[in-house]
Amino acid sequence: MSVKKLGLKQRYAHMTRGLDWETTYQPMDKVFPYDSFEGIKIKDWSAWEDPFRLTMDSYWKFQAEKERKLYAVIDAFAQNNGQTGITDGRYANVLKLFLTGISPEEYQAHRGFAFAGRHLRGVGPRVAAQMQSLDELRHIQTQIHTISHYNKYFDGIGEFPHMHDRVWYLSVPKSFFDDARSAGPFEFMIAIGFAFEYVLTNLLFVPFMSGAAYNGDMSTVTFGFSAQSDESRHMTLGIEVIKFLLEQHPDNLPIVQKWVDKWFWRGHRVLGLVAMMMDYMLPKPVMSWKEAWQIYYTEAGGALFQDLARYGLRPPKYADIATAEAEHISHQNWAIFYQYTHAAAFHTWAPDAKHMDWLSEKYPNTFDKYYRPRWEMWNQMAKEGKRFYNMALPQLCQCCQIPMGYTEPGDPTTICFRSSQYKGETYHFCSDGCKDIFDAEPEKFVQSWLPVHQIFQGNCGGATIPDVLNYYRLANGADNMDYVGSPDEKLWNEWQADKLKTAV
Amino acid sequence: MSVTAITPDYETHIEFRDAEKNFHGNRVVYVHWEQHLSFCSAIAFPLPPAMPFGAFVEEVIKPHYSAHPDAAHVDWSKVVWMIDGEKKTPDFSKSLEDNGLHHKSLVRFWTPGFEGYKGSAS
Ligand SMILES: [Fe+2]
Ligand SMILES: [Fe+2]
Ligand SMILES: [Zn+2]
Repeated sequence: MSVKKLGLKQRYAHMTRGLDWETTYQPMDKVFPYDSFEGIKIKDWSAWEDPFRLTMDSYWKFQAEKERKLYAVIDAFAQNNGQTGITDGRYANVLKLFLTGISPEEYQAHRGFAFAGRHLRGVGPRVAAQMQSLDELRHIQTQIHTISHYNKYFDGIGEFPHMHDRVWYLSVPKSFFDDARSAGPFEFMIAIGFAFEYVLTNLLFVPFMSGAAYNGDMSTVTFGFSAQSDESRHMTLGIEVIKFLLEQHPDNLPIVQKWVDKWFWRGHRVLGLVAMMMDYMLPKPVMSWKEAWQIYYTEAGGALFQDLARYGLRPPKYADIATAEAEHISHQNWAIFYQYTHAAAFHTWAPDAKHMDWLSEKYPNTFDKYYRPRWEMWNQMAKEGKRFYNMALPQLCQCCQIPMGYTEPGDPTTICFRSSQYKGETYHFCSDGCKDIFDAEPEKFVQSWLPVHQIFQGNCGGATIPDVLNYYRLANGADNMDYVGSPDEKLWNEWQADKLKTAV
Repeated sequence: MSVTAITPDYETHIEFRDAEKNFHGNRVVYVHWEQHLSFCSAIAFPLPPAMPFGAFVEEVIKPHYSAHPDAAHVDWSKVVWMIDGEKKTPDFSKSLEDNGLHHKSLVRFWTPGFEGYKGSAS
């Protein structure tokens, strides 16, 4: 008897939709309790178009092949001492920022998609969300493995999960995902699947991966390639989910619009960390944040929202403000870390004259007028032995949790202060975007774990800087402070001296 | 309740994390020196409400802004103050509380003639 082979399409149908059933011991509403409270109306789950026809068995095969290639490159990188071939020791700080600030969010994405993959009633989106959940778990795992090689040589890497839960600026990406994961499954899918993975993902991965390529970090580049086909699946899922919700019921439009507005703004704020990485941290820069924003948001996002206009969806509220901020945020963010270098888990430095010229060229409207004088003043002070530190703790935004260092739209010399009253208490925000998010759900955001207030309340190991650094497991004098004078720099200089010797 | 939650009694489980009672008798006060953005944002302090405004200036504001080259030249009698969005002339001998500061108040001040490094607001 010969076994009849199924066609791809048939196989796919059996292996996904064919595995689903209507429950009888328990009502469906009890089995899927989370997919109705957000107000989203689904008339027909079977109308879901499966964006990629991948079954679990071919998924495993495909991913295993990619893993084999990736680990071969990681091994070769280690054997050839690839860490000595990066452009400059400063580059390692890009990886520290990535591992402490981004990789733990891969894990959070894994958890979030596992939740959506359990609680969405339709089998199509459930299978897609489950696969993405596995992808995200693979991402954090391969990132840890890729970067662990650098942990043998550079400071600030080994305690990344502990730091992620405690360090003041890491509460920015952490609270972003905590917010998404404590929402319902539909909001999560719009927040992470659509707004983050579809609209903003190129502003995260392209800068890090091409930054790695430009700076001789071939292991991270290979990780990037290995994640690329996952990311294109994630993007397809993100666009499918928004179209599905908008097609299912007209009442979904205002809810989806509110989420698009919210998660665009929250994503934009988190990406400010990428902006400063691109403009200040790469020894060999790829392009400016402003250029990346122009290509990946203004142009690509513009076309996307034009396409979605047929559903009545408009571009995110405050997209114009975000575009105007592309002239400023990298400078403002790096200045925050420069003055709080004593509390950062990576090294900082002031741009040198050559780098400032690059910034002038990339930011003709703003750098010379507003930011060059700041760096010149700080460089002058450092030369006189009075390196500038901010020894007080910053006021934080209740929503995005970033120090309130952003300026008024149209006035780069004045901080943008916004506030709301809720049940007799004042809450402060960095922007109208963050204020709107709070005002829509104050019950949620009054619970924000703001690192500065937590220190004042005595919940972070003590009142002094060394106490708090201990609580963060941030090694004072090794992980923090300027690159110049750091153990990282000392080691890098030794490697360079060795290279010269071998050359002679 | 405006939050979208699956639990109808969500509100009864909220922890107001930064309520004044959590700060051991202090109030959080934010202060910001305008046109001096080398201090990246307003800075925060937990302070006793009975602290005189003059002590707040001498012991908190001045030392924390002293790193800026303008700081030594400021004439504090000419400073323009704003408390929670209103221009005010604080009484230095009175307490923070009597000057209208509550928990999480924002104090902004301008120093006429000093607009940051080379007038750049830095
Ligand atoms: Fe990922
Ligand atoms: Fe992804
Ligand atoms: Zn904010």
